Amino acid sequence: MTTPLVEMKNVSIAFGGVQAVDNVSINLHAGEVVGLLGHNGAGKSTLIKMLSGAYKMDSGEIWIEGERATIHSPRDARDYNIETIYQTLALADNLDAASNLFLGRELITGLGFVDDDRMEAETRKIMARLNPNFKKLKEPVSALSGGQRQSVAIARAVYFNARILIMDEPTAALGVHETAMVAELIQELKKQGLGIFLISHDTREMMELCDRVAVMKNGQMVGTERVEDVTEDDILSMIILGKNPREAA
Amino acid sequence: MTDSTTDTRPSPTAPKRSFLSSLEIDTRLLGMIGAFILVALVFNVLTDGRFLTPRNIFNLTIQTASVAIMATGMVFVIVTRHIDLSVGAILAACSALMAMTQVRWLPGLGLEIGHWAIPWIAITVGVIFGGMIGAFNGWLIGYQGIPAFIVTLGGFLIWRNVGWYQTAGQTIGPLDSTFMTFGGINGTLGGPLSWGLGVIAIAATVILIFNARRVKVAHDFPVKPLWAEVTLAVIATAAIAGFIAILTNYGVPERVVARDPAKYGCEVAEGCNPVYGLPISVLLLLGIAVVMTVIARRTRFGRYIFATGGNPDAAELSGINTRFLTVKIFALMGVLCAISAIVASSRLANHSNDLGTLDELRVIAAAVIGGTALSGGIGTIYGAILGALIMQSLQSGMAMVGVDAPLQNIVVGSVLVFAVFIDIQYRKRMGAK
Repeated sequence: MTTPLVEMKNVSIAFGGVQAVDNVSINLHAGEVVGLLGHNGAGKSTLIKMLSGAYKMDSGEIWIEGERATIHSPRDARDYNIETIYQTLALADNLDAASNLFLGRELITGLGFVDDDRMEAETRKIMARLNPNFKKLKEPVSALSGGQRQSVAIARAVYFNARILIMDEPTAALGVHETAMVAELIQELKKQGLGIFLISHDTREMMELCDRVAVMKNGQMVGTERVEDVTEDDILSMIILGKNPREAA
Repeated sequence: MTDSTTDTRPSPTAPKRSFLSSLEIDTRLLGMIGAFILVALVFNVLTDGRFLTPRNIFNLTIQTASVAIMATGMVFVIVTRHIDLSVGAILAACSALMAMTQVRWLPGLGLEIGHWAIPWIAITVGVIFGGMIGAFNGWLIGYQGIPAFIVTLGGFLIWRNVGWYQTAGQTIGPLDSTFMTFGGINGTLGGPLSWGLGVIAIAATVILIFNARRVKVAHDFPVKPLWAEVTLAVIATAAIAGFIAILTNYGVPERVVARDPAKYGCEVAEGCNPVYGLPISVLLLLGIAVVMTVIARRTRFGRYIFATGGNPDAAELSGINTRFLTVKIFALMGVLCAISAIVASSRLANHSNDLGTLDELRVIAAAVIGGTALSGGIGTIYGAILGALIMQSLQSGMAMVGVDAPLQNIVVGSVLVFAVFIDIQYRKRMGAK
């Protein structure tokens, strides 16, 4: 078997007395979409935030392409080509699309000043590919629709050649058409060989988009299954009962 | 992929736009300039034409400089959702240190009074001190998580009294004569130099306008029509030339020339007729305004300030070190307080312990009247300077008309609240936030 792109081994984190993630292991291969399912507070987002550098884990290990990785900050995660699209979008509402796309990694001129024109030109290029309807380049992103904002967030991940993409409820704020657009994009990124962690509440959507689904409950991993091996009902019972039906059988 | 693919974007010159939208001037800037002109005209009528004389405009600029310098820094502080209540106190502490350095300590160490190095050593010491106080405030706020309101409220009580301890409460003076050239009337550029600078400023503005256009065309971005660029360049040229013309129309009174004609390049006072021209303190303010605007718009530091103000979590997740950013912002604020201290104390020729009293409120008011939003993420440097100018115009205009002191403060307070009210209404209409 090939080396997984990401391997999180026996990861734990606690906030105060609450064990938010308890001894969880999960892996992700290149060109694969792994869905994370579970109730609110099951620990999905917390688990993924340790990979993206937003939280520091108490114990456990992260291995990236067969090497032990140390991730203490979002900047560290970026150095491993891990990009995250957050549930809350993580855009600065008062800045325009280009400034958001390049936030933290601005293009600069020879004199060390930010090169707004070049960033705008690059943004036009990538947006023409991702979302040709995107025109409001000069406006603050607060003036954009949910789908347009989402495409800015996705453009950020795509532009910087992410190897590992984390998407936390990428379609939660979107309409039907825009959701389809995101689904299409996920398929395309997958073809390019990215590994994608997808978090969602929508079981049906997950069955369509993912290769494998992992179910969490109360900070623990209930089980990981290939989507073709399970039915939607199996997954629902894993989410609700916290038991793997095949083990129980 | 080549660039020869069919272009589906609308043609670069968008059709039919109004005169103002073609110019692409910030309408809020226009509103503020309009308010300022209105204030100036009303006072000019009420004072029988005394308000808009070269002499009074000169005085207005030197009275505004100290508060305006600090207001540019306050914009960054407020944009990142903090506040600094200690600027007036830091100003007093820096002023006290600089006054003691030049009047007592350096002469005590053997440098005779009037030595060329004295003012520069004093300024260096003061600016470092201001920066250190600011950085310390920023560390308490950014790394220790104490709210800026509390840290600087404490600083408000602490630093003025640190200054008091240094001077034992005495007024320290007279300050060094070179040092005092930063204060206004004691340090002006005179006619020829003022015009020289004006011409350089006009050339720079025109080059900037057309260079920006060239870059946009090179990137194939839509540009405004050429006549709009030319109109802007003409307006800017007229504004700069007008400003210099007014300041160089304020002649030095004859009795002042008679005291020391050589200072003005004449052998005798008769027929000399020198003019004041651009005050060095105002030149300092303009320089700071340019630097701060460049920081805000063209540097990563500035970009991160606005990103952090707009969404602190997004900034943090983008890998921005928001804690250290806070330290840098407050350190910059401290440095600007020290520079203001130079201007304020040298204008009065002495350091007195009440220097800069209530300045924190004037500075915050200037930034807020200038359109800086306390909710963070929005604010401009030129807005804050205009805000300071409007406040100072109101204050000195009312003093000239002879409005009672309590009424003056009532008016200024009302204007502050009213300006924010207008700003909120404007934002609602424009649909942004």
